[in-house]
Amino acid sequence: MNDPHLLSLTVNGTEQEVVVEPRRTLADVLRHDLRLTGTHVGCEHGVCGACTVLLDDAPVRACLVFAVQAEGAEVRTVESLDAEGRLSDLQQAFSDHHGLQCGFCTPGFLMLAEGVLDEQPDASREEIREALSANLCRCTGYQTIVDAVHATACSRRQEIPS
Amino acid sequence: MKPAAFTYHRAHDVADAVALLTDLAAAGEDPKVIAGGQSLMPMMNFRLARPSALVDLGPLRRLPAMTAIRSDGDHLTLGALVTHHAVEKATLPEGFAVLSRAMRWVGHLPIRSRGTVAGSLVHGDATAEWCLLALLLDAVVVAEGPSGRREIPADELFHGFYATAVDLDEVVVEVRFTRPAPHAALCEFARRHGDFAVVDAAVALDLEGTAATGGRIVLGGVAPAPVRVPEAEAVLAAGGAAGDALWGAVADAAAAAVDPPDDATTTAAYRRRLTRTLVADACREASGGLR
Amino acid sequence: MTATELPGDGHATEPRAEGPRFDGHRGRWVGASIPRHEDPRLLTGRGRFVDDITLSGMLHAGFVRATVAHAQITGIDLTATRAVEGVVAAYDASDLALGDIVALLDRPAEEFTPTAMPILAKDKIRFVGEPLAIVVARDPYAVEDGIEAAVVEHTALDAIVDEETALRASTTVHDEAPDNVLLDVSMFDTPGVDEAFADADVTVEVTTRSGRQNALPLETRGVVVSWDARDDQLLVQTCTQVPHQVRTLVARCLDVPERTVRVTVPDMGGGFGQKCVVGREEVAVAAVAQRLHRPVKWIEDRREALTAGFLAREQTYRTRAAFDADGHITALDVDVVCDMGAYSCYPFTAGIEPLMASAEMPSVYRVPAYRVRGRALTSNKAPTAPYRGVSRPQYVVAIERVMERAARELGLDPVEVRRRNVITEFPYTGVNAVTYDPGTYRESLDLAEATIRDEGWYELRESTDRHIGIGFCCFSERTGYGSEAFAKRKMTVVPGFDLSEIRMDTTGAVVVTSGTMNHGQSHETTFAQIVADRLGIDTARVKLRQGDTERIAYGWGTFASRSVTIGGSAVALASQRLGELLCRIAAHLLETRPDNVALDGDGGVVQLDDPDRRLTYEDIADVAYLRSHLLPKDVEPALTATASFDVPGDGTFSNATHAVVVEADPGTGAIRILRYACVEDCGVVIHPKVVEGQCRGGIAQGIAGALFEEITYDAHGEPSAASFIDYLVPTATEIPDVSIAHLETPCAFTENGAKGAGEGGTIGAPAAVLNAVNDALRHTGVELDATPIHPRVVLDALEGGL
Ligand SMILES: Cc1cc2nc3c(=O)[nH]c(=O)nc-3n(C[C@H](O)[C@H](O)[C@H](O)COP(=O)(O)OP(=O)(O)OC[C@H]3O[C@@H](n4cnc5c(N)ncnc54)[C@H](O)[C@@H]3O)c2cc1C
Ligand code: FES
Ligand code: FES
Repeated sequence: MNDPHLLSLTVNGTEQEVVVEPRRTLADVLRHDLRLTGTHVGCEHGVCGACTVLLDDAPVRACLVFAVQAEGAEVRTVESLDAEGRLSDLQQAFSDHHGLQCGFCTPGFLMLAEGVLDEQPDASREEIREALSANLCRCTGYQTIVDAVHATACSRRQEIPS
Repeated sequence: MKPAAFTYHRAHDVADAVALLTDLAAAGEDPKVIAGGQSLMPMMNFRLARPSALVDLGPLRRLPAMTAIRSDGDHLTLGALVTHHAVEKATLPEGFAVLSRAMRWVGHLPIRSRGTVAGSLVHGDATAEWCLLALLLDAVVVAEGPSGRREIPADELFHGFYATAVDLDEVVVEVRFTRPAPHAALCEFARRHGDFAVVDAAVALDLEGTAATGGRIVLGGVAPAPVRVPEAEAVLAAGGAAGDALWGAVADAAAAAVDPPDDATTTAAYRRRLTRTLVADACREASGGLR
Repeated sequence: MTATELPGDGHATEPRAEGPRFDGHRGRWVGASIPRHEDPRLLTGRGRFVDDITLSGMLHAGFVRATVAHAQITGIDLTATRAVEGVVAAYDASDLALGDIVALLDRPAEEFTPTAMPILAKDKIRFVGEPLAIVVARDPYAVEDGIEAAVVEHTALDAIVDEETALRASTTVHDEAPDNVLLDVSMFDTPGVDEAFADADVTVEVTTRSGRQNALPLETRGVVVSWDARDDQLLVQTCTQVPHQVRTLVARCLDVPERTVRVTVPDMGGGFGQKCVVGREEVAVAAVAQRLHRPVKWIEDRREALTAGFLAREQTYRTRAAFDADGHITALDVDVVCDMGAYSCYPFTAGIEPLMASAEMPSVYRVPAYRVRGRALTSNKAPTAPYRGVSRPQYVVAIERVMERAARELGLDPVEVRRRNVITEFPYTGVNAVTYDPGTYRESLDLAEATIRDEGWYELRESTDRHIGIGFCCFSERTGYGSEAFAKRKMTVVPGFDLSEIRMDTTGAVVVTSGTMNHGQSHETTFAQIVADRLGIDTARVKLRQGDTERIAYGWGTFASRSVTIGGSAVALASQRLGELLCRIAAHLLETRPDNVALDGDGGVVQLDDPDRRLTYEDIADVAYLRSHLLPKDVEPALTATASFDVPGDGTFSNATHAVVVEADPGTGAIRILRYACVEDCGVVIHPKVVEGQCRGGIAQGIAGALFEEITYDAHGEPSAASFIDYLVPTATEIPDVSIAHLETPCAFTENGAKGAGEGGTIGAPAAVLNAVNDALRHTGVELDATPIHPRVVLDALEGGL
């Protein structure tokens, strides 16, 4: 059974069937089999977070999930965030706050932040900072990423960021 | 950093998982269970682990017992597939609330969303929070193997350097914590938030009013496996007013008792001093801030 | 401690900048933080990075790498590799027979020893991770299976792993360099050094060291090479900061004409210098793609990136400085030793770090007498590339430690000692024969100090028994090195100028090219701002093209904070020329004199004496392309212009002062940054948020070097970090908020008044943090001079010194 498995999963609302070797990671299947290259890969050992996606609504490292383990699961990637070219509130906040430079870490941070905001809608700026420490960014120094997520949290709860 | 090839087998229930492990081994394979994959997969990606077959416990999440958090009387039972994050979010009885509080030290949310209690204990990292907590709260690991179920008490679980008493053909089904500790805390020091600790300390205090009458001290990062420190527990057992003087004495006793290694990342002396700091901090936090 | 106990709230207070302001003309776009052009695609996953490229029939490559640091290769057997399922081919050096990478300096043999870096190791292994063979397979998983099957036999040699073993030279890394020294240059020994030391009231000696770091772009290196049979051309799609230099080396090593190699660069996930040198893997992949006539992709994995990618920074400075009783520095004598690792990088050579340090060591201070010797050693460690800052973070640490040490010895305040020495009159030609253009050295220092003082940090430091320390770092940064400045280094390949071509289409929108190479710096936005102002159009009508050797005549890419200074100037000049062309055509069509028309700032040309008469760019373009018979006789069809720009003389200096407040934890030795303030001057700011982003990102990398990141090697040359478990890249919880105040001294000789802003943060942070930590330890009698600062060392100081 080293042989390929037929895998079915739902990605960004679309049911997908892929034939995969068991050892293929979810990150590779998303990127190279389904051609959803927005999810990035920066370490393949769970530390950098560039590959973060939502798996059944929870943020996970797509490099630390074998695709076969995602049988029947729902996956959301960065490609799901905008609606017909309109940036989501979170994406817009990243742009407004200059929360990205090279943009390589950005999809991972966006998906992490979606997961965090869902879990902790009332998070303070410091709580957001701690949660975002899950992922690495080499360009920004993090401050503007924290700002962007905090601003989104505040606007989602109709508050003015202090 | 791509894993070596393996065959993949979905287990449908615990018996199936055990049978798969047994049959695969009999067929000359080198099978391994995968749960959350948060320890196994990084090692496989580096090809530091290369099981020839994986038995996936993922489908067992359907079975309520495997993901249940159950409190019965003085015990708290966690299904093997309960995630770190589920524990973090759960409202546990006071005697076990330390488990929830300690979870913020385990990696980060995306790791905690998938990593499991049983996986952490079987992996047996010397600084893993779950391993310390198991010793602190007298966990009993319930494992099912070809010859049935057996119970492994925490103090027999860790053999050092990632070796545990759970056999390769066994599947942990639940972990029962049998010693409630309302005055407990876990403190740790890592260079970076979310990393495995350099040293971590878990403390449970027996308090009568503002007097300490006993307690338990567990340390990670000072030996190949997490350890209890009887010398420090003896100081607590001798009793005294809860406060910084006592915490300092306990911490000194702990620091004097441990014999950590010098290794590539840091020195024995530094680990000993961290021990002192963290034991004192954990005592203080466990006592509810008594100084 | 909660935030409310802090005197200043890290991110809330922005010091108000008071200093010289640019009073020149500013257009509508330059100076505004407009939304970035790059953002929509990068935020939605529509960016295209190298690993996002998939070509039909594409194969994947990986490398068999050395597992020992120093050895004679006795055999490489790829038979088993070739038999692995999915493996298509495997080659070692003898199979491919490629030319070596050789980077040269125009210096005599006693100063510089040229060495060769083979694409795949030939007879000798020189570091753990060195590529020995390339394996090509149908997917990256099979590639690794193939790599595992390779058999390498070798005879181990002693490893050279530090200055001591290198100079002892019991064995040599390269036979050409019997003493393991690749460069030894005594650049200055000005009159009066010895006399100044003899007359000194105080002499200080400091030995500062910095650990070996990885620049660590989050996107690792990678390349996709395909063979275009129709064009007889190799298409090399790679994430490089220097596409034209990659083209040159690929052609040279493959021994094919340059025209048969095209290099393009897709979106790039950071570089920070690591990608401004040509990698041997890029060449090897090109070679196999050419041989197999199939597209081949190689994506460096993180283990390779940490161990076998280009590293940086490991340097030692032995600095002596003489001071008079008033705290004036009277002489500086420095011995710089840089451990460059196994090979010289192309095009910069192993000389880049010691030469940069030697040339600029006096920093922002008036140093009357100066002696320096700079050496580049070779060792059995991964080779180095010029990482963001290039030896400036190190020499700034050295000189800033000198200032602090002198202040202690003299019983003066360290800021005051800096104030007495800092250059205040410009242009200033230093003892190092470099002319510094105007900056705000003193003003930035004053403002940074006032910020910290006004917020009450000094009072807190005095009134508490907590271990709080305040540290400063004052520095300038040469940006926009033109060819004249680089020529002084005696490189045989002399970077400097930049070219730009601009084209307006029939709708009045423009495409502009630049030889620079964006990899996070927002060029698509900032260059559009420059063009939009020059032409008076909306930035949305400006598209920047970079990173294509077929579309850009020549380019030096992006490094050394050169993009906006040089590239931005070329783009501005090209735009201006296009504007002149538009005016000429418009004057003809309006039947008026050329000096009676001007760009109207709104996408058109207006007749000055009759503003009702106006032509839009569309009107003009219509004639230039579709009704060219109406053009003036001496004007050719099409709306295009080209320009080049080079910075004359010594370049332009940005400057900044960083101020840091830290607290040392007496229980763990951990350092927490309580406050970080940066006052910077990079001339005219094109896009404030982008400049601030560069500062903050640079500071984060500087803090990483000061407190966290290091790769060490054991006695066998085995690196300490092959994963992010061991290589401690700081996260959001370790990096503080940083306030930034801008001063503005426009550069007189770049087109936009801008100076470079890419590296300053990284340069200032290590010294500022180190000084602050030492201040926190001031009662202990311990002074630390090495980075990264391990908490263990801090704890030792606190406990030993109390
Ligand atoms: C970036 C990162 C940071 C981390 N930081 C921390 C940290 O700070 N502290 C910490 O404690 N952990 C940390 N972890 C590890 C994490 O907690 C893991 O989730 C945990 O150690 C293993 O649980 P798992 O379910 O993922 O197990 P897996 O990885 O699936 O398995 C681990 C081992 O346990 C065995 N196993 C798993 N379940 C069973 C079972 N039911 N019966 C028998 N055997 C079983 C497997 O065969 C394997 O040998 C980190 C991980 C990463 C990637
Ligand atoms: S690529 Fe998955 S965490 Fe880095
Ligand atoms: S923006 Fe480049 S890594 Fe985050």
